[in-house]
Amino acid sequence: MQGNPLLKLLRLALPFWRGMLLAALLGTLTISSSVSLMAASAWLISRAGQQPSIAELSLAVVGVRFFGIARGVFRYLERLVSHDVTLRLLVQLRVSFYAALEPLAPARLLSFRSGDLLSRVIDDIENLQNLYVRTIAPPIVAILIVIGVSVFLGALDLSLMVVVLGFLLVAGIIIPLWAWQMSHMVGAQRVMARSAFNATLVDTLQGLPEALVYNQIPRLQAMMTERRQAMLTADKQVARADAWQVALMMAVTSGAGLAVVSMAIPRIEGVLLATVTLATIAVFEAFTPLAQAAVHLGVYSQVAERLFHLTDISCAVKDPAVPAPAPAQGHVQFEAVTFRYSPEIPLVLNYLSLDVKPGEHIAILGSSGSGKSTLVNLLLRFWEYEDGHIWLDDRELRDYQQVDVRQFFGVMTQRTHLFNTTIRENIGIARPDSTPEAIEDAARRAQIHEFICSLPDGYDTLVGEDGTALSGGQRQRIALARVLLKDAPVIILDEATANLDTETERAVMETVLEVVSGRSLILLTHRQVLLERMDRIYRFEEHKLVPYLPFKISN
Amino acid sequence: MAPSVSSGKHNLDARLLREARSAPGYLIANLVSNALGGLAILAQAWFLSQVIQRAFILEQPLEALAPLLLAILVTILARVVLAYQQSWTSARLAIVVKERLRSHLVTHLTTLGPAYTRQERSGDLSLTATEGIEKLDGYFRDYLPAIFNALFLPVFIALVVLPLDGLTLVVFLLTAPLIPFFAVLIGMATGAIARNQFMEMRYLGAHFLDVMQGLTTLKLFNRSQHQVETIGRISGQYRKSTMRVLRIAFLSALTLEMLATLSVAIVAVEIGVRLLYGGIPFEQALFLLMIAPEFYFPLRTLGAKFHNATEGKAAAEHLYAILDIPLPVQNQTNQQFVPESYTIRFEDVSVTYAGRQQPAVHRCSFRIESGQRVAIVGPSGSGKTTLSQLLLGFLKPDSGRILIGGVALQQIPSEEWYRHLAWVSQTPYLFNDTIEGNIRVGRPGANQSEVIEAARAAGVHDFITQLPEGYGTSCGERGLRLSGGQAQRIALARAFLRDAPIVLLDEPTSQLDPVTEAHILDELHDWFADRTLILITHRLNAAIRMDQIIVIEAGTVVEQGTPDLLRKTNGAWARLIEQESGRANAR
Repeated sequence: MQGNPLLKLLRLALPFWRGMLLAALLGTLTISSSVSLMAASAWLISRAGQQPSIAELSLAVVGVRFFGIARGVFRYLERLVSHDVTLRLLVQLRVSFYAALEPLAPARLLSFRSGDLLSRVIDDIENLQNLYVRTIAPPIVAILIVIGVSVFLGALDLSLMVVVLGFLLVAGIIIPLWAWQMSHMVGAQRVMARSAFNATLVDTLQGLPEALVYNQIPRLQAMMTERRQAMLTADKQVARADAWQVALMMAVTSGAGLAVVSMAIPRIEGVLLATVTLATIAVFEAFTPLAQAAVHLGVYSQVAERLFHLTDISCAVKDPAVPAPAPAQGHVQFEAVTFRYSPEIPLVLNYLSLDVKPGEHIAILGSSGSGKSTLVNLLLRFWEYEDGHIWLDDRELRDYQQVDVRQFFGVMTQRTHLFNTTIRENIGIARPDSTPEAIEDAARRAQIHEFICSLPDGYDTLVGEDGTALSGGQRQRIALARVLLKDAPVIILDEATANLDTETERAVMETVLEVVSGRSLILLTHRQVLLERMDRIYRFEEHKLVPYLPFKISN
Repeated sequence: MAPSVSSGKHNLDARLLREARSAPGYLIANLVSNALGGLAILAQAWFLSQVIQRAFILEQPLEALAPLLLAILVTILARVVLAYQQSWTSARLAIVVKERLRSHLVTHLTTLGPAYTRQERSGDLSLTATEGIEKLDGYFRDYLPAIFNALFLPVFIALVVLPLDGLTLVVFLLTAPLIPFFAVLIGMATGAIARNQFMEMRYLGAHFLDVMQGLTTLKLFNRSQHQVETIGRISGQYRKSTMRVLRIAFLSALTLEMLATLSVAIVAVEIGVRLLYGGIPFEQALFLLMIAPEFYFPLRTLGAKFHNATEGKAAAEHLYAILDIPLPVQNQTNQQFVPESYTIRFEDVSVTYAGRQQPAVHRCSFRIESGQRVAIVGPSGSGKTTLSQLLLGFLKPDSGRILIGGVALQQIPSEEWYRHLAWVSQTPYLFNDTIEGNIRVGRPGANQSEVIEAARAAGVHDFITQLPEGYGTSCGERGLRLSGGQAQRIALARAFLRDAPIVLLDEPTSQLDPVTEAHILDELHDWFADRTLILITHRLNAAIRMDQIIVIEAGTVVEQGTPDLLRKTNGAWARLIEQESGRANAR
């Protein structure tokens, strides 16, 4: 579905129109109170200057008090309502973008070329929550205020109205347009200058050891000085544009005041002179946020475009119209599979063939980057394959539903993501309907039960953000418990022990080998650990698999 | 900059103010333009009240008011210029301070060296130097000028009011302190509630991130589609708990605004009533009415900017925590290092990492002759990498000494020492440059064919030529993301090209499969035939081919000798071999 990204975004915000309208009305009332407060005070003073009886002023006195309190209360309510809308919008954004992005993961979100795409997507989604407060509300409030101003001034004097509207036009349209233009030019320059500087900074700090030993510091420092200079220039330009914006707003506001007073003198009653002048100046409060609204509109438009660009990509892997019944045996075959992630990068698999019969244990050796994980990505239907065949129980893999295929494999990867919840839930994720006994049984077989019981809260211990409280070995055992609970016929270990030290690796692998008997095992690794217990061993060579005999230690 | 004597939290403001003094011109210009801006506001209000009085009370025609209107025009122009100046000078002040701190931070970090940067999570430091420093904007551009405004402008206005109207001044003086007083009071009363809510808010807020990061895991277990409902639910809870925090936060803003508004209302009524009985001239009353909001405005703004300051201060604290780390003593001597030989001697070297009980390396002594090929083996965590850090000079021994050709390493200027070294780290870093540029780092003067030869020896040439842009492919953060094994081989090509007499390789084949590893080991032996080669490894196959093996356990050398000798002595090495082959035959 194509279309303007901003419109699509607004469509997401549409369900909240009531709250938005309410907030905008409250915002308008806040500013109206502010203007009325100034008007009532000015009128009070002017009228008092004519020294009438005090009774004639009482209404104005009440008005001053009323508008003074009303302004505060309205502003409070406006802030509450608008923030509530913002947060409701955030819920909506998260849910709808998650639903749209979920089918694309991991192929489009975590591909090896763009590891940081995911974090940018998350930032983008969270950023859009301010769409209402920053860009929708200010113009609505401004329009409502313009209507009010036209009615009041129109009743007083038409030419006065026209002149004030002229000033409002400048404040509400011309200055924001100019600000938007400037942010495009100097803002983009600043972004470029910053990212160029950051790249050198990262080189210097993260590559510091290499930079020192290979005498790169002088080069990097010279580059950094140059890029800092560019950043300084860009920063200055932005500061200058900001200052102009402030100054122009000031000129328009004060200019309007001056124009109104000079025009009003021959035209309207003297007692209203101060009222009209001060009220006009107060009206501009509604127009101050418009310039920033225009700038943000540009930013959100880009953000929305990026996000919709992602969600508009048709999902790489699709379920068949008439799916085959779920597989039962677990006979996995690759037949002459050729694969590359995208046309501009080298082949990963080239006429690769492999046959794993049910219950077989095979190992595939390969350096990191050789294509081991690609096998997993294809088997689990994370990526679509084009050339060659992958058979599962003698049917083409893509004839099955994705869920059925994934149910069939138990995968342990190098880095296990643990969710910020209890250990029980982290294991139970594999089978949401499982009983506590089943979870404990899986943990026992993964040899992590005793450790869990030793924790103060046992299975209800929170693992902390991304499981930081657990050691690498413990994490992988929890991952193993997950896989065991899932009870899949084919178990795949993709460098599952590569982050562990040699002894822990061996211990985890021993456990794995104990529990996989009766199931198929595909072990993807670059290390020679317990290879002797495998039925067959292959290694990657020229993007295909060749049989491999493990080295013996030669002396 | 001399290290500051006091760096406690209480002095953070004082310290930040000192930073601001590094741009005295902009600081003063900002102060002056704020003060003049205040003056212009007063002048404009005064002229305007004059105009209205004459037109309204004295009923003068427009023509008679022309000079006053002109005066207003002039004050408006002045205010426009001053508004520009205020914005520009405060932004410039922030830019200068940020630039200065940024450059100071980078210099400090490079001087602290890898011994420090290694401990920090990668990326955290660069974030501090970029986004962290940008957060100072809130302090220097918004908060600091707001403080000066709140300090000076009310005083300024009060001084003008003093000769005009005593009663209004009294109202000002009585009401003004209420604003900061209540701000502090409310802050104290609501702080605890807000903090509790804040924790819950953060926990719920992080849920979405957690689910997104675990998306692949969820998908593996066919659980990803069920998360839509959960995300909706948890985000809904997040909304509710955030609103609870905001209700309190906005309430305090409301109170402050009410205070300011009511104060202005008191002034208005007080003036109005006196005006009614002729107790005050009209133009004066109007003037006071117009400047009353200006009197309270800076105090209210300060409250609003306070949040910006808190964020800036948190960033500053983080920054100063780094800048306050004392710099290591630099190797002083300036003479060239021309060693008689490249014999490396560790004599009783011990080092303990900060905050640890156990030494990482304890009374370590060994000797590596010029041109020898040595493997350092041992279980992970035994101190192998610490030894390489010591040899590189990134770490200084707590006791003992390291000698290179008889010269103490401490005596050799580090740039001199590095000229004699080629090194591949366990997790090599590739610079934001092309692949060729990254290899050429080893020897900038090398020609194309030498680069290719090095890449071929490192077993990465074929991979590179398959890339559409070949050696011109950019890598690092923004370019092609290489796998660990490919990065390792490019770094190895760098070391091949280096042509240095001492070669230190830290697990250079840790991400490679055994066949590729064997090929690389062959190349290592050919290429570095007459060099001192130190290979840190946990692979016995690699160690066995070296002239000497040093076995490390728990930070100490437990054995050193030729592979043959060690096998016969039946010590630690023999046990390692036995374990390895014992397992192989266990089936």
